[in-house]
Amino acid sequence: MNEKVKDKSKKNGFKMKSENLDFFYGDFQALHDISLNFESRQVTALIGPSGCGKSTYLRCLNRMNDLIPISRVKGKVLLDGENIYDPSLDVVMLRRRVGMVFQKPNPFPKSVSENVAYGLRVNGIKNKSFIRERVEESLEKAALWEEVKDRLDDSALGLSGGQQQRLCIARALAVEPDVLLMDEPASALDPIATQKIEELIHRLKKNYTIIIVTHSMQQAARVSDRTAFFYMGKLIEEGETDTIFTRPKLRQTEDYITGRFG
Amino acid sequence: MMDGDKMEITKNGFPDDRSETGEKDPNQTGIKVMKTECADSETEIQKAVKKLQSRRRFTQKFLFGLFRCAALVNGLALLIIVFFMLKNGISAITWEFLTDVPRESMTKGGILPCIVGTVLMSLGGILVAMPIGVASAVHLNEYARPGKMLRIIRLGINNLAGVPSVVFGLFGLAFFVTFLKMGVSLAAGALTLGALTLPVIIGSTEEALKSVPNTYREASLGLGASKWQTIYRVVLPAAMPGILTGGILGLSRAAGETAPIMFTAAVFFTPDLPSSVFSEIMALPYHIYVLATAGTNIEATRPLQYGTSLVLISLVLGMNLVAIIWRSRLRRKLK
Repeated sequence: MNEKVKDKSKKNGFKMKSENLDFFYGDFQALHDISLNFESRQVTALIGPSGCGKSTYLRCLNRMNDLIPISRVKGKVLLDGENIYDPSLDVVMLRRRVGMVFQKPNPFPKSVSENVAYGLRVNGIKNKSFIRERVEESLEKAALWEEVKDRLDDSALGLSGGQQQRLCIARALAVEPDVLLMDEPASALDPIATQKIEELIHRLKKNYTIIIVTHSMQQAARVSDRTAFFYMGKLIEEGETDTIFTRPKLRQTEDYITGRFG
Repeated sequence: MMDGDKMEITKNGFPDDRSETGEKDPNQTGIKVMKTECADSETEIQKAVKKLQSRRRFTQKFLFGLFRCAALVNGLALLIIVFFMLKNGISAITWEFLTDVPRESMTKGGILPCIVGTVLMSLGGILVAMPIGVASAVHLNEYARPGKMLRIIRLGINNLAGVPSVVFGLFGLAFFVTFLKMGVSLAAGALTLGALTLPVIIGSTEEALKSVPNTYREASLGLGASKWQTIYRVVLPAAMPGILTGGILGLSRAAGETAPIMFTAAVFFTPDLPSSVFSEIMALPYHIYVLATAGTNIEATRPLQYGTSLVLISLVLGMNLVAIIWRSRLRRKLK
């Protein structure tokens, strides 16, 4: 299965891509004609001022925007060459493959281990020893195991904000996604917790394709391989992070990055 | 230098100073004017604040006192009712009263059939209303697309909540007793009470569902859970304490209602405990009504009336207590 996935992504060259994506809230067009490619095992940062559509775009990639009744999507998003907006595609299956970490840590009001096991259970896994192993493995991947191994049965709401966010990452990793979407994962955290999350992102990109929305330009520069700059619902510029931050092609990008607006 | 100057000024006083050095003059007066202005406006504000402060303090004390009185009235009302019933009814409460059937035209004996009838019927009503109410609320809050249909259903539920209980009694008589041929029975009464408590349960369940943060739903869906799995495994457990509150309210209301059961389930007198759901029953609220208005010897049964009321209130409080303990246990589990 994994090899097949790899083959497919090789054939297309990209793990995920959007083609001419438009997004509407009712009559308001929030995204204009976004075409963007995400390479396998790389971190792509989406930056831009508030309201520029970067979060909306991120939520189009796992169809989380389906929850908004008046929303409408035009264009394509391809995951391993398959259009995720194809009516025959099962959105529930898609979301297992494209995991998401939210801005505010949102663990369920359950125990630490039940939080991680949740994704496995809803996907039909009942084998207890398998679940236990996978919980440990995911918590280790999320660099949280050492801190919580003695309190697996305690409520997740008793953890600190940074631990909760890493728990949410562990929860997302447990179902073996291919792509990890992160919507400002560190914006509600203190600097030390933020640093831990960033180190984690660095380690995770060996195995996952990561797309991260961030308000912090420094964070984008630190964690990402590629950066895409959004403004007013349009993709302004995209490229290698180094290039974007040192020699942007467009004036708008430069102005934003140097802090002249936004 | 400056300090020295000032010292001199203070020593000499203003008039002298002014005559001595013309340069300093405007400066000094300027400062003086500013100072007095400052002082004046300060006292002005201080005065206003002082005036306001005492008034503010009074208003606050007065209003908070009023609110406290309002809260006290509630407690007091309950206290008075309980005290009054204890005083008049406690003499009637004996083991025999709780375990025997009514005797000698209900002037003697006990009220066991009423207790059993009320417990069974209100529990039955809740058992009917909870699944339907919770399911309706889940539909309205989680699935239904906003639109005309939803507004009409909501309007219907709100109106259902406003229908007088005696109308529910007539509805029960016409629909369950006559049309569905259940006869005057436990089942007909429970169903009628169920219909009566539905809006209470739907309302509180919807509130409980609304208070579940959307981030839980998104997190669950993001992990590849279906909508139903999300509702069943995350949303409903998180909303459970609130849903139980609705159940408690519904149960209390069902147990105390008289009008809906007098046509549908309760009878004047039956010495037998209900043997099936189609048995006629006696019920506490109706028994009180009968003793107080339709007995052969109303005065002689006064203690029995108060005793029965006391039992009814204890029963409702007892059922509430159980549900409240259950709820707080659930809440602790969620933390």
